[in-house]
Amino acid sequence: MAEQNNLIVYCEYEDGRVADVSLELLTKGRVLADRLGVKLEALVIGDKLEGIEKQVFPYGVDTVYKVEDARLYPYTSNPHSAVLINLFRELKPQVCLMGATCIGRDLGPRVSSCLHSGLTADCTALEIGDHTDPKTGKEYHDLLYQIRPAFGGNIVATIVNPECRPQMATVREGVMKKEIRDENYNGTVVNLDPKKYVADTDFVVEIIDRHIEKSKVNIKNSPIIVAGGYGVGSKENFQLLFDLANTLGAEVGASRAAVDAGFIEHERQIGQTGVTVRPKLYIACGISGQIQHIAGMQESSIIISINNDPNAPINTIADYVITGDMEEVVPKLIKYYKKNSK
Amino acid sequence: MSLNIIVLAKQVPDTRNVGKDAMKEDGTINRAALPAIFNPEDLNALEQALRLKEANPGSTVTLLTMGLPRAAEIVREAIYRGADGGIVLTDRPFGGADTLATSYSLAQAVKKFGNYDIILGGRQAIDGDTAQVGPQIAEKLGIPQVTYAEEILGLSDGKVTVKRRLEHGVETVVAPLPCVVTVNGSAAPCRPRNAKRLMKYKNAASPSEMSKLPQVVADLVAAHPELQIKEWGAAYVEADPEQIGLPGSPTKVKTVENVVFTAKESRRLDNDDAQIEELVKELIANHTIG
Repeated sequence: MAEQNNLIVYCEYEDGRVADVSLELLTKGRVLADRLGVKLEALVIGDKLEGIEKQVFPYGVDTVYKVEDARLYPYTSNPHSAVLINLFRELKPQVCLMGATCIGRDLGPRVSSCLHSGLTADCTALEIGDHTDPKTGKEYHDLLYQIRPAFGGNIVATIVNPECRPQMATVREGVMKKEIRDENYNGTVVNLDPKKYVADTDFVVEIIDRHIEKSKVNIKNSPIIVAGGYGVGSKENFQLLFDLANTLGAEVGASRAAVDAGFIEHERQIGQTGVTVRPKLYIACGISGQIQHIAGMQESSIIISINNDPNAPINTIADYVITGDMEEVVPKLIKYYKKNSK
Repeated sequence: MSLNIIVLAKQVPDTRNVGKDAMKEDGTINRAALPAIFNPEDLNALEQALRLKEANPGSTVTLLTMGLPRAAEIVREAIYRGADGGIVLTDRPFGGADTLATSYSLAQAVKKFGNYDIILGGRQAIDGDTAQVGPQIAEKLGIPQVTYAEEILGLSDGKVTVKRRLEHGVETVVAPLPCVVTVNGSAAPCRPRNAKRLMKYKNAASPSEMSKLPQVVADLVAAHPELQIKEWGAAYVEADPEQIGLPGSPTKVKTVENVVFTAKESRRLDNDDAQIEELVKELIANHTIG
């Protein structure tokens, strides 16, 4: 295959469904590919991939590469890395995007190490722009700006890979928005021979047991979120938040501090190291508002902050600030909602 | 079977306390200006290593870290908790490295170390949160990796069985040795310092530190190899100058900005029944809830 210089997205899938994070990246990838004037490509590696292209074409995918082999599902590091490394040597994509998931964060570094291409983890924004090397004065056009928080979210850095290709980046689920480009968009399917890309010796790690559960928590798509922070104080007090959430038809989220304190499970964590959410109502209870948390919820339409501390940082971005003890305020919200709703 | 276990660890700035002078003009981190701690997940990795050592008599645990000379502090900390010794990979040309240049440098050190059976490390460091260095070292050494490990379940016949904690479940895998295993924060916490070891190894020092010690203490360290923390430089590990530090880093920091959020005009309420009921009514009226 000839050198293509395109933008490629590594697509994850489970139970025959392409992962949301991959569809979100295809949406973003389409915009970036348009800006660069190149094709958007998707790569799916695994087993039983029949018809999987139908799930990705509507996102504006021009080419789907499929590598099918029973041994390629479930994901293991070496075989999937081998496919990417060998395929990228042929296609020479200029950009490769993947989800900042357990898979993407396992695969990306291995591929980038072998190809000596730069990889930026957990980007929160991707843009195209020019760059001038401050030392040599050399100019680069249309590089991928990989924008990510660093230092626990206290700063945001823009990273570029001037010389090495592909420019690789991972992005967490929920950070980009998933949007169909055109229901009837039609691309090409290219079936690749797995034997050309993976050697038998790549299958070194054996999966002997696997329990993957569909997540019961769906914070990302919930229109209302009741979130608790370290100020909630205990696992028991979180029950109050569940009560409010049940009353309002909401999901319960949490800050990193509450998760680290063991008040609640990690899959409810909102923020840069958790999920990014954009609900129409966000009720923050006992959350002080570390930057890393705010970054994951600031696009909520309406924010209510309930906090003992009238000067909690989160109050600056809140629409309503209720100064008071969350243990008293939350039951009142429940009471008056029940009284006033039909 | 006795094992040579390497634990990769990093001394990291405590990102909860970042001041204004923490960044240099070139966008890299001014580590000297920050409180430094043992990267939390590397401690989880150390615990798994110490358990392997206990289960396999005759094994050794060696801590390997790259950073400033002061990173000898975390080697000592690891020794207090049960590690046998450690190496600080430190040299000016290593500075400004991205994850790729870092993994190359550490892989060179591992090659210099030679005979190893398993390499453990934390999933990621809290200063960068990238989780890249472990897999990249595995690739550079041409060995398999097992990431997101929660527990090493067993090791026999040259294979290690590992339970992985993933987003939506668990997976148990068997990997051949040697391999790299990166450990999650959900794994067992590291044991505390051992009081006897603390007394025995409190004088452990690296060459950089020895030069600042009182002569009697320096002489004591010189006479006891177990108190000597090794310090390796770029030349010693035969690192290609083009592949380390800033020149060896394909990613460049273009700009760094402080995070500023746009403040909103907030409406302030007290913990007052009438005010809260008013708010709830308003949210119902504008269809935000209900």
